[in-house]
Amino acid sequence: MTDAFIELRGIRKEFAGVCALDDMSLTIRAGEIHCLAGENGSGKSTIIKVMSGVYQPDAGEIRIQGKAVHHLTPIASIDRGIQVIYQDFSLFGNLTVAENLAMNTQLRQKRRLMNWGRVRAIARDAVDRIGVDLDLDAEVGNLPTAGKQLVAIARALMSDARLIIMDEPTTALTRREVETLFRIVKDIQSRGIAVLFVSHKIREMMEISERITVMRNGSLVADGPVSDFDEASLIRHMTGLELNSKPYVWVPGDRAAEAPRLEVSGLGLSDAFEDVDLTIRAGEIVGLSGLLGSGRTELVLSLFGMIPADRGVIRVDGKEVTPRSTQQAIAAGIAYVPEDRLSEGLFLTQGIDRNILCTSYESLASGLTIDQGRADTLVDDTIKAMQIATPSGAKLVKELSGGNQQRVVLGRWLLTDARVLILNGPTVGVDVGSKAEIHHKIRDLAVEHGLAVLMISDDVLELVQNCNRIVLMHRGRLTEGLDCATTSEEAVSEKLKAFT
Amino acid sequence: MAWLRRSEVVIAGILLLAMIGIGLVNPAFWQLDNLFSLLRSNVIIGIMALGVLMIMISGGIDVSFPAFAVAAMYLTVKGMLWTGYDGVALPFLTAATMGALFGCLNAFFVYKFRMIPLIVTLGTGSMVRGFLLGVVGTSMININKMPDVLIDFAKTEVISMTKADGTTYGLTAMVLVYFGLAILVHLILRYTMIGRGIYALGGDQEAASRAGFDLRKVIFFIYCFAGALAGFAGLLHSGMIWLANPRDFVGLELDVIAAVVLGGASIFGGRGTVLGTMLGVFMLVMVKNSLIIMKIDTTWQRVVVGVIIVIATAVTAWRDQKRKARGDRT
Repeated sequence: MTDAFIELRGIRKEFAGVCALDDMSLTIRAGEIHCLAGENGSGKSTIIKVMSGVYQPDAGEIRIQGKAVHHLTPIASIDRGIQVIYQDFSLFGNLTVAENLAMNTQLRQKRRLMNWGRVRAIARDAVDRIGVDLDLDAEVGNLPTAGKQLVAIARALMSDARLIIMDEPTTALTRREVETLFRIVKDIQSRGIAVLFVSHKIREMMEISERITVMRNGSLVADGPVSDFDEASLIRHMTGLELNSKPYVWVPGDRAAEAPRLEVSGLGLSDAFEDVDLTIRAGEIVGLSGLLGSGRTELVLSLFGMIPADRGVIRVDGKEVTPRSTQQAIAAGIAYVPEDRLSEGLFLTQGIDRNILCTSYESLASGLTIDQGRADTLVDDTIKAMQIATPSGAKLVKELSGGNQQRVVLGRWLLTDARVLILNGPTVGVDVGSKAEIHHKIRDLAVEHGLAVLMISDDVLELVQNCNRIVLMHRGRLTEGLDCATTSEEAVSEKLKAFT
Repeated sequence: MAWLRRSEVVIAGILLLAMIGIGLVNPAFWQLDNLFSLLRSNVIIGIMALGVLMIMISGGIDVSFPAFAVAAMYLTVKGMLWTGYDGVALPFLTAATMGALFGCLNAFFVYKFRMIPLIVTLGTGSMVRGFLLGVVGTSMININKMPDVLIDFAKTEVISMTKADGTTYGLTAMVLVYFGLAILVHLILRYTMIGRGIYALGGDQEAASRAGFDLRKVIFFIYCFAGALAGFAGLLHSGMIWLANPRDFVGLELDVIAAVVLGGASIFGGRGTVLGTMLGVFMLVMVKNSLIIMKIDTTWQRVVVGVIIVIATAVTAWRDQKRKARGDRT
């Protein structure tokens, strides 16, 4: 089938004078898997809300199955078979799977009473349709993310859907769960239902979709079958920038003779890791990967003093340190940027200035007061050095984009005279453009400030492109060191797979 | 063995243990007349707790109902005296309607302005109580003036017995009224869409509205229904104690909220059952009653209620956090 199911043409939408969509067009054919690509803030969510009837466009035309639609309301959108699966799934965590599945049907049929037998039958039917095994009596709040997503998909499929829109469906899933999801998506497609994937993850788009539409700044920049695109061209369309991905080369120079920035020997912690030997010299970027539960997180937390190690020695610049608290680790020159920077690393409701300075107040204090003049200079310098996009240091961190937030955390550690920088998942949840800039920044820090960088990531490609060495961890031990100049993403992935 | 972990079973278990413990200290506890009088003390708190339960499931809280109850009671009794009306059904209907109207006030502010229910109900409760005392009057209506129909109605007993020494005792029929209302609320919560809407609202307001629940209807329903239950209970109370006191029910909100939380309802909304609430009410009344029997100063009862609220809330909060943690783990 090649007929268009829905066609949007010349859509324009303004919010209080700010243009969110401008001359945006999107055509989804019946029964195809279509990908809507774009960076955060490019207008993806807005165009979804136009299709689901939540927003009325200021200009433009919507045609569904060839017929022009003038005023698309949320109900009309659902009636025409458009179902949106939101990022938060819109489920009731306090109710059972069965009730969550049957709720919409009950409401649409305007029922006043609950017949629990009927509810179960509706739910059973819905679960059978996607052919997965879900415990109907389980409380949804107790399900893992992937389970919640299955419930949301099953619910969307119940209503004779013709198009299912999935907003960032893979964000919180593991690789294996993503594969299951893709299988279900293909299955949905085989029934003639179109699926619109909204994403900024390039790999996944290339893998699943048949056609891709790319938007930037609220407008269409490219569309066509997936074969028209490759990773580089997608990134170029999404960001408008030409990004190069040259691997990182470490030039030892005269630093080879110095004591290593970080030297770990025989480090161990009961039930987590043992016999860890690791040396990182100034300017090196070393990648650390391993499966969940390999002990990698515990290892870095030990280095940062959050869970002190039981045995072994840590040396920074040749001097032995035993960080038993984060304060001691910071004093020893070790800095840590946590994986979930939002909950662990930043004070979201505070300004950029306070977030940058929060590890440096000790050094700014003279007696009981803080040297405000010096503090302001430091903040301004850091904002400039880290290229944080903000009019002033007073802007609240929660108002910044993911990439800028990450820069605030990095900038903070620059001020503390850090010599060892530990990054845990530095670009999780950051879009492509910002990702490249953060990688660039990390390289800068290593080369110009002579930091030793330890980068932990699940994204193997990220490690291969940005590190000069990769070490793998399995069951609490470092198993292998790989030189990035001679290895490839596939080789590393293979080795990781062998661990399972 | 999933049913063993249901909170009602846990509460019932704790209740049974407490009853055995109290019975050991004071064997008179198990005597039928004591149990009957305990059940009698359950009626008013219990009916009010049913309303508070619905509001708490929806994610809100209500501290205004004692004021609504006393206002509906006092105005209705005054009205009966003034008109000389001597029926039962109409006065109860009037009191319930008045309570429902007061409840509308809560619902209006909660829905329209998305205000925090605690602040709204603190305000409306204070307003209603103030108006009652300032405008309607502060004088008590004693047994000599109380309408006889109310007293006679409240005197009805289902079981009447005579002790060896010739005194009589019995189980008041008002427990049937309480149980009847409890069954009604249970049926609403479990078997109607509006009842499920209350749980949905307490689970996730945004999702409830996306799913197509009419939130205005749900919010008005629960606050009005809770108000109606309070008004009804207020009038019943005056009949049971033969007194209409416009300063009655001060501080009762804490007892009722304690009972509902004790019954396993979550202060975060989304969880709670009628059976659990009834067990919670029974436990609270029993503890207070035992304190009286043990001749402990009444001021200490406040301490006990406070402790119960803190502990029961902590336990349910801990339970909900554990659920959440389990759900977040992937």
